[in-house]
Amino acid sequence: MNQSVKVLSLSVAAAVAMFGCGKKEEAPKPAAAPAAPAVTVVKIGHVGPLTGGIAHFGKDNENGVRLALDEINATNPKLGGTPVKFELVAEDDQADPKVGNTVAQKLVDAKVAGVVGHLNSGTSIPASAIYNGAGIPMISGASTNPAFTEQGFKGVFRVVGRDDQQGPAVANYLISTAKPKTAAVIDDATAYGEGLANEVEKTLKAAGVKVLPREKGTDKTVDWKAVLTKIKGKKPDVVFYGGMDATGGPLLKQARELKIGAAFAFGDGGCTDKMAELAGAAAEGLVCSQAGIPVQAAGKQFLDGYRAMFKMDPIIYSPFTYDAAKLLVAAMQKADSADPAKYLPALQAIDYNGATGNVKFDEKGDRKDAEMTIFTMKDSKITPLAIIKSGKSLTLDEYAALGTAGK
Amino acid sequence: MDILLQQIINGLTTGSVYAIVALGYTMVYGVIQLINFAHGEVVMIGAMVAFTVIMAVAGAGLPLPPVVIVLAGVLAAIPVCMAIGYLLERLAYRPLRHAPRLAPLITAIGMSIVLQHLALLVWGRDPLAFPQIMENASFVIGGAAISSVQIGIIVLSVAMMAGLTWFVYRTKFGIAIRATAEDVRIAALMGIDANRVIAATFIIGAALGAVAGVMVGTYYGIAHYTMGFTLGLKAFSAAVLGGIGNLAGAMLGGIVLGLVEALGTGYIGEFTDLCQWPLVGDALAERCAADGHAVLFGSNYQDVFAFLVLILVLVFRPSGLLGERVSERA
Repeated sequence: MNQSVKVLSLSVAAAVAMFGCGKKEEAPKPAAAPAAPAVTVVKIGHVGPLTGGIAHFGKDNENGVRLALDEINATNPKLGGTPVKFELVAEDDQADPKVGNTVAQKLVDAKVAGVVGHLNSGTSIPASAIYNGAGIPMISGASTNPAFTEQGFKGVFRVVGRDDQQGPAVANYLISTAKPKTAAVIDDATAYGEGLANEVEKTLKAAGVKVLPREKGTDKTVDWKAVLTKIKGKKPDVVFYGGMDATGGPLLKQARELKIGAAFAFGDGGCTDKMAELAGAAAEGLVCSQAGIPVQAAGKQFLDGYRAMFKMDPIIYSPFTYDAAKLLVAAMQKADSADPAKYLPALQAIDYNGATGNVKFDEKGDRKDAEMTIFTMKDSKITPLAIIKSGKSLTLDEYAALGTAGK
Repeated sequence: MDILLQQIINGLTTGSVYAIVALGYTMVYGVIQLINFAHGEVVMIGAMVAFTVIMAVAGAGLPLPPVVIVLAGVLAAIPVCMAIGYLLERLAYRPLRHAPRLAPLITAIGMSIVLQHLALLVWGRDPLAFPQIMENASFVIGGAAISSVQIGIIVLSVAMMAGLTWFVYRTKFGIAIRATAEDVRIAALMGIDANRVIAATFIIGAALGAVAGVMVGTYYGIAHYTMGFTLGLKAFSAAVLGGIGNLAGAMLGGIVLGLVEALGTGYIGEFTDLCQWPLVGDALAERCAADGHAVLFGSNYQDVFAFLVLILVLVFRPSGLLGERVSERA
């Protein structure tokens, strides 16, 4: 509610702002609002689920952007000679593709200069067509489905890795540690869950592991007993679940109740400390992956700022949305304009050292040389085991010694 | 065989919960022919209240056995839900007692939304992790695992169903309920306070719902403000399946639905694996050779079974499995 009031009250100023830094960049500022100081407002959109079972992911991502914009505004930034203020327009897509498209259109109508998000691949992919049509660049800090950047849209980027990197990473870890003969793969029938599960299945099969027919739930399933019982009968050595922690927690708990002894592995959606809360003791020993560096390895400035501002630890991908927001602004500052058409080339060519290390984009908009991290649940905390960078496996300390995420 | 047994245990557990919730729908329907769509939300609030109390008691650090802590949660949830059940009847439905049938039905849907958002305001939008205080010991019987929570749910449900049956068929107040269900006006002429009886059915249904809410919370380890919706819908299906208005029907309907869901989810994948059927298997020979499977319907159809069964029953036996009284009601 708060947000909409803020947006409303700013809309007058913003309308002037967008006009100013839009097409008529060179024109002298058309007699900026008489009483107010001549500060132009540039809106940056963020979209993620803020309600529903995975609202904690969405809020974490939004916090990253909020912190980034706060830090930037504190430096009194200027674009085209005028002081500017970056304003966050945060929207809730409820992790639902239909709602995602509605709020995407809302952001387009609000004339945001750039978008950080969405969170779920299932909402990012359809929404990207809307932003692309309006010429607004978007950077997702969490969508890992390969299809997101395979659509040929020029203004679509992501700062995390792809599931065709994440899937093989976690699958190869399982193959080398658990040495499975038979594997079961479950997903939540979303673009993200199914996509990641497909990649894991592909890698397992390529290594000669027998993979059972796919089992599915939905992104709201909490009763997995029937599915797990069926799997139990096939006696797999490992079970992989592509889905989020709100459904993965009950899944893991019920699996142990049914005395399924297999090793369990989840993707980034199930790779949070919340798993320990939802699954209890059953979560110990869970293997999971994230399509980026662990939050512990993020830059100190980010970590200190986040803890000071939100009085909590970052959950998972907030360092990435933090970087995404900073990338948008860095590109704008390079082009000296908040006009998407002007700063997009600068964004494509960017070479930026952020909280998650060095960011460069390839021609598709994927992050070059993205890291992958494998975790295990230890004493109710997800603990990084290995950071995979450029095909090499590093420990957290070895990665820190590289000093890439120094900023 | 052990897998079949396991699926039956799973089905009996969820079925018991459906049955207990279905009783709340069917009792109210039996007396005033209202489908109380807010009943699922009453169950959800039961789980939420129990969650708060269990967290508080467990957090206090008293050396109490886990069963006592959960019991404290249940004992707190029951009166809260009873109060909500009573208020629903008194404030929302009683003023509409003589209104056209559609008005209270829409009110019921409205009350469901009100309660859901009330819970959102009080407990927030995050899924609440039910504390794992019950030592969840699993016992293995014939290759199938059954946990202490599952045993607790099944035993408690059977006890509550037996208790309710005794209450309705063997006590004076139970006779009054049945008389009111038969005909409100005649019952009133015989000196029965119909308002009291109707309020009582809401209160009893809500108390059962509160216990069901705690069961669901401890069983799945998770509570959420939207959890009442699907649960309510399935329990309603169970009530219709058994014959709405009929107590034994609700119990049977719940158990049958739970079993159908578990067995359906467990076996539809194997049954619709096209590779095993000679004719289709040949057509898909290439895929079958590469993959070994070509499954038509998977376990994601879990939630569909409840409604599929409901449709089939309504087509072939519109009054439900045991519901000989529906025709005269409708």
